Amino acid sequence: MSVTMPPQHPVEDPKPTEGKSLTKAAKAKNNLTSPWATAAAIIIAMVWTIPTVALFMTSLIPGDRYRTDAWWTVLADGGLTFDNFNQVLFDSFGDNSTAPPLLEYVFNSIVVTVPSVVFPVVLGLMAAYAFAWIPFRGSNFLFVLIFALQVVPLQLALIPLLRLLGPENLGLAGEFGGVWIAHTIFALPLSVFLLHNFVSHIPREVLEAARVDGASHTQMFFRIIIPLSLPAVASLAIFQFLWVWNDLLVSAVFGSANTYPLTYPISNLAGDYGQYAYLVPPAAFISMIIPLIVFFSLQRYFVRGLLAGSTKG
Amino acid sequence: MGSTALSGRSVIAAGDLGADFWASQGQNLLFAAVAIIAFIAIVALIMFGADLIKGGARDKVQLVVLVAPVLLLLGVGLIYPAVDTTWLSFNEITNEPDPDTGIFTTTMSFVGLDNYRFAFSDPSTLRTILNTFVWMILVPLLSTGFGLAYAVFIDRAKGEKVLKSLVFMPMAISLVGASVIWGNIMYDYNQVGEQTGMLNALRELVGLDPYNFLRDSPWNTFWLIIILVWIQTGFAMVILSAAIKGVPAEMNEAASLDGASAWQRFWRITVPSIRSTIVVVLTTITIMALKVYDIVRTVTQGRDNTDIVANRMYVLSFVEGREALGAALAVILFIFVIPVVVYNVRSLNKVKETH
Repeated sequence: MSVTMPPQHPVEDPKPTEGKSLTKAAKAKNNLTSPWATAAAIIIAMVWTIPTVALFMTSLIPGDRYRTDAWWTVLADGGLTFDNFNQVLFDSFGDNSTAPPLLEYVFNSIVVTVPSVVFPVVLGLMAAYAFAWIPFRGSNFLFVLIFALQVVPLQLALIPLLRLLGPENLGLAGEFGGVWIAHTIFALPLSVFLLHNFVSHIPREVLEAARVDGASHTQMFFRIIIPLSLPAVASLAIFQFLWVWNDLLVSAVFGSANTYPLTYPISNLAGDYGQYAYLVPPAAFISMIIPLIVFFSLQRYFVRGLLAGSTKG
Repeated sequence: MGSTALSGRSVIAAGDLGADFWASQGQNLLFAAVAIIAFIAIVALIMFGADLIKGGARDKVQLVVLVAPVLLLLGVGLIYPAVDTTWLSFNEITNEPDPDTGIFTTTMSFVGLDNYRFAFSDPSTLRTILNTFVWMILVPLLSTGFGLAYAVFIDRAKGEKVLKSLVFMPMAISLVGASVIWGNIMYDYNQVGEQTGMLNALRELVGLDPYNFLRDSPWNTFWLIIILVWIQTGFAMVILSAAIKGVPAEMNEAASLDGASAWQRFWRITVPSIRSTIVVVLTTITIMALKVYDIVRTVTQGRDNTDIVANRMYVLSFVEGREALGAALAVILFIFVIPVVVYNVRSLNKVKETH
C-alpha cells in the first residue's frame, strides 16, 4: 500500500556546514539525552534483536533435546550442533520422514521470486513514463485510480482471479506461471506509483531536447527513461523482492505442491508441535538468510524506496 | 518410538540428493530464465515494432503499447475480480441435485445481505471481526509509538546507523519467520519441566509462574499483535527519523534557551513539525495490519478466539469452500480501508495541485 509523503530529507545525518551550528545542535542534543532515554533505547534495541539470535540458537538444539532443554542449557553443556541444518536442507522437512527437503522450497522461492520482480518493474516503468510525460485523455483519472488500487486488500481479488487462472480458463493455477501473474498484478499499483514519482522528476529539458531531435516514445524510453530511472528501479526491485520472497498468501492461493515457496511448509509445520517440531527453527532461519543478505547489503536503496513515498501490504 | 524415527532421519549430504532432484530444480530455474528473457524480448519487439510506424499514428500506437499492459492486467486481474467478489458476497452458492435429472449442479442465487447478517450474528465470525478491529487499532499505535520513541532517543546518538539497522532488520524477515521466532521460541510454554520459551524462562527467573501466552483469551490476541508490532516498528522508525532530521535545529535550540524541557520540546516542536508524516505512517500500518493473515495462520490457526478476518476469509474460501461468506468478509475488510483510500486520494490531489 502506499500514501503520498510530505517532502522528505535524506536519512543520513545532515552535515552542518558551519562549526558554530554543529556545537549548538550538539548542545541542544545533550539536553535531550537523559539516562532514561538511553536505557529505553537499549531495551528496545535488545528486544528487537534478541529474538532473532534466539531463533538461531534454538535451531542448533539436537532434535531429541528440543522439547525438554532450552538453548542456553544446551549451549552450557556444549551440545549445540549444526546437524539440523543438514537434515532440514538435504534430507526432509515436514511432519513425516518422506517429506521433501527444504532445498526444494529454496529453489521454488527463487523461481517464484525473480520473474515476479522483473515483470511488474518493466511494465510499471513503461506505464510510469506514459503517465508522467505523455498527455492523453483520462490520464489523470487512470493514475489516481491506480494509486487508489494500492490499498485494496488482495483478499478482494483472490476468488475470481483464481477462477480466471484456473483450469476452466487459463489453466495456470498451481503453476509457476499463475503465481508470477498474480504477483505481477498485485505489484503493479505500487510499481507504477513509485516509478512515476521518480520519472516525473526527470528535468523537462532533457526530454524536450530529445523530442525536438525527433525521438519517438520508444526511443525516449530506451535512451532516457531506462538509464535515468535505474536508482528507482533498484529501490522498487528490492522492495518487491522482499515482498515476494516473504509472501505466503499469494503462493498459498495460486500455487501448488510443485511451486510452494519456503514460507508455506514452515507455516504448516510451525503449528504442529509433534516430533518434528525441532525442524522448524532451522528452516525459518534458512528462509531468512537471503532476504537478510539483500537487506543489509542494499539497505540504502531500500530506505530510499520507503521514503520515496510508499510501502505496501 | 520417537527416537527411532529421529535416528531414521540420518544426516545426508547434498551429494545424496538424487539426479532427479537436480534435474527438476534445474528445469524450473531454466523455465524462469526463459520466461524472463522471452518477456523482455516480446516487450522490446513490440516497442520497436511500434517504432517502425510512419506518420501521426506512431505516437498513439506507442502510447497504447506503454499503458495497455498495466491497464489490462489491473482491469482483468484486480478491478473485475473486486467487483465480482462484491457481487458474490450478495449471493449464495448451492450444490444440489437437479430435481429432474438428479445431476449435481452449482447454482448461485441472490440472497441480499444474508452473508453479512450471518457474519455479524454468528458469534465466532463476529469475534473475528472484532479481533481484526483490535489489530487495526493497536498495531499502528504501538508500532508508531515505539518507532517514534526510538527515533527520538537515538537521534544523532553515537552509532545511530547501527542502532537503526537493529530495529529495522525485522522488516526483512517474513511474517512466517517472525511467527516462528515469537510463537515457537519467545512464547513457548511447557506444562512440565524446564521452560524452553524465553519469556517463560524469564518469568521463572523473577519468580513468576509460567504463563501460556497463546491460550489465554483475550490476551493471546495481544501477544500475536506484538509480532506484527515487532516488524512494523522499524518501518515507522525509519520514516519518522527522516522527518525528525528535517525539523530545523534552531527551533529546538531556541526553545532550549527559553528553558523548555526535553519532554516539552518533543510535544511542542517535534510532534507538530512531523504531524503529517505520523499520519502517513499510522495509515500505512493500519492497512498492513488489516490484510495480514500469516501470523494467525502460522501461530494459532485461529484457535482460542484469536482468528481475524483475513485468515477466516482464506479458510472459508479456499479450505471449506464457503466462497460467498469468504467474499463477504473480504468486502468487510475493504470497507475498513475505504476511509484511508479517500484520505490518500485527497492528499495525492493536494500534492498534485501544489506541484
